[in-house]
Amino acid sequence: MFLFILRRLIFLIPILIGLTLLLFVVARLLPGDPVGLAAGPNASAAMIAQLRQQFGLDQPLPVQYWTYLTGLVQGDWGTSVFTRRPVFQDILEYLPATLELVFAALFIAVVLGIPLGLLTAVHRNGVLDYVTRTLALGGIAMPRFFLGLMLQLFFAAWLGWLPLAGRYPFIESPPETVTGFYTIDALIAGDLYAFQIAAAHLALPAIAMALSPLATIMRMMRASTIEVLQQDYVMTERALGLSNRLILFKYVLKNAMSSTLTVIGLYVSWLLGGTVLVETVFDWPGLGLYATQAILTQDFMPVIGVTLVIAIIYLLTMLVVDVLYGVFNPKVRYA
Amino acid sequence: MTAEIPIVIPARSRSARMENWGRAFYRFRQSWLSVIGLTIVVALVLIAIFAPYIVPFPEHVVGGTNTASRFQPPSSSAWFGTNELGQDVFSLVLVGSRISLFSGLAVVVIAVVFGTAVGAIAGYFGGWTDEVLMRITDLLLTIPSLILAMAVAAALGSGVFNMIVAISITWWPAYARLVRGEVIGKKEEQFVVAAHALGAGWARILGRHILPNIVSPIVVKASLDMGFAILTVASLGFVGIGVKPPTPEWGTLLSGARSYLPDYWWTAVAPGMAIFLAVLAFNLLGDGLRDVLDPKARR
Repeated sequence: MFLFILRRLIFLIPILIGLTLLLFVVARLLPGDPVGLAAGPNASAAMIAQLRQQFGLDQPLPVQYWTYLTGLVQGDWGTSVFTRRPVFQDILEYLPATLELVFAALFIAVVLGIPLGLLTAVHRNGVLDYVTRTLALGGIAMPRFFLGLMLQLFFAAWLGWLPLAGRYPFIESPPETVTGFYTIDALIAGDLYAFQIAAAHLALPAIAMALSPLATIMRMMRASTIEVLQQDYVMTERALGLSNRLILFKYVLKNAMSSTLTVIGLYVSWLLGGTVLVETVFDWPGLGLYATQAILTQDFMPVIGVTLVIAIIYLLTMLVVDVLYGVFNPKVRYA
Repeated sequence: MTAEIPIVIPARSRSARMENWGRAFYRFRQSWLSVIGLTIVVALVLIAIFAPYIVPFPEHVVGGTNTASRFQPPSSSAWFGTNELGQDVFSLVLVGSRISLFSGLAVVVIAVVFGTAVGAIAGYFGGWTDEVLMRITDLLLTIPSLILAMAVAAALGSGVFNMIVAISITWWPAYARLVRGEVIGKKEEQFVVAAHALGAGWARILGRHILPNIVSPIVVKASLDMGFAILTVASLGFVGIGVKPPTPEWGTLLSGARSYLPDYWWTAVAPGMAIFLAVLAFNLLGDGLRDVLDPKARR
């Protein structure tokens, strides 16, 4: 197992090099002049040339790529032309907010989706089955940004139950940083008041992001549970007189999990990419908002940086998923 | 005495094929959800085609304003109310269907054509060609597609065409993977070996013998993807990349309406529901087609 993980981690290196090359080429091939935009309309040609030199944009492309690649390893991910700050520093600042949002959404989706999938598979064609399946069809088709707006409209503007946007009120000071997740930091500090504020701000964007994965996980879980329930060994267990609960939780759940696991893994990347939309709606100060800003100003380095971070997280998630396969299914243990 | 029994070979007539189609349509009709999906899709296509002739306020669609009646709530004259410029939201949403459906279709078509070409070549030739093409495909699949599409669209500049190109760049790899797998599966079949023995070139074998046999999974994926293509187009519009006003596009309309929430909620609800309905309809249709064309994947 340890060797398996190590080997997979080593395989990541050529993938990452390929990824940086691809992103770099794409970013440079595209038209657009970030320096011109950042310098403003009144900048003289000499000023722009000086800025280009400062950002190393006057060097030949292979040299630029080599500089970038060696910098990456040393934690120098380039400088944002727009914020004039190191990209790595920016990303470190915004990443926890995004991860908190993504994990919260994934948590909601998994905690609700898996039991609901199991339940509807056992009570197939019951009332709950029809209701959840109809909702799931809608949930997949619902645009996240529209759902976010509607949630804001109902729960923040009309009912006033939850805050409209943002991650934490400006006038309050957030809990002391340990993990960067405000909810967890508040719990660590034992500050229930801060936890309440953080959770209230997190609720609506997390729900807006959770709906589609929730629907998919539920459908997937339902389908694979139904498939497993028809297997011969389940019938044998029934014949042996094992209780329904024991069969379901000890024997069926594990076998039904593996295909659902793949979907959950794939959704991590989808959610990370999708934060662009939800963070825009909720003014959530995360990577998505940062990337949107950078894209709108055609600022290459932050865009490459954010994309790279998301790709790394995606690749690591896939590794975790592969390891978890072995946990759920002993047939897939690794040499 | 043995009586002569005439041997009758049933001709593969046109009616047999019609019967096949009839059976497929019958199976499709079995699920009322697919029929609803098909109905809404047909309605949307008709609306998109005839929108310029049926909108109640054609002048609003091309940028005309009527500031005297700003933010009118939904009424009998303006079904979905009016927006900040006094434009009829119903007219804007109707005409917006043109951009959304057209761009969605264009994205899927480009992705299918390009992805199929790459996947077919990689699968058929194997070896180094396969390695190189598939590694590039895999790399593109690890990149968050929405962010890549946004970045490319922003760099190319606004406009429907640029947006379509940007989204297509991120969509073809999925088709390349799908087609490659199917081609590898079909490559060793007897009829391909036979065609090869008869001296057919690779282009002919791929185009005439393999591709016609793997159309079903491509069509199924494409129909399921139509909804998500429309969603992606709207997403780009929503973050302010892609189509610029006054051209009405659902995502752009929604993003414009954002600033006037919660008081003038109708400006947001109409375009949002339009996106939802279109995506839902294509998903239902795709599910139905999958049941008919790809019975193995049935759940």
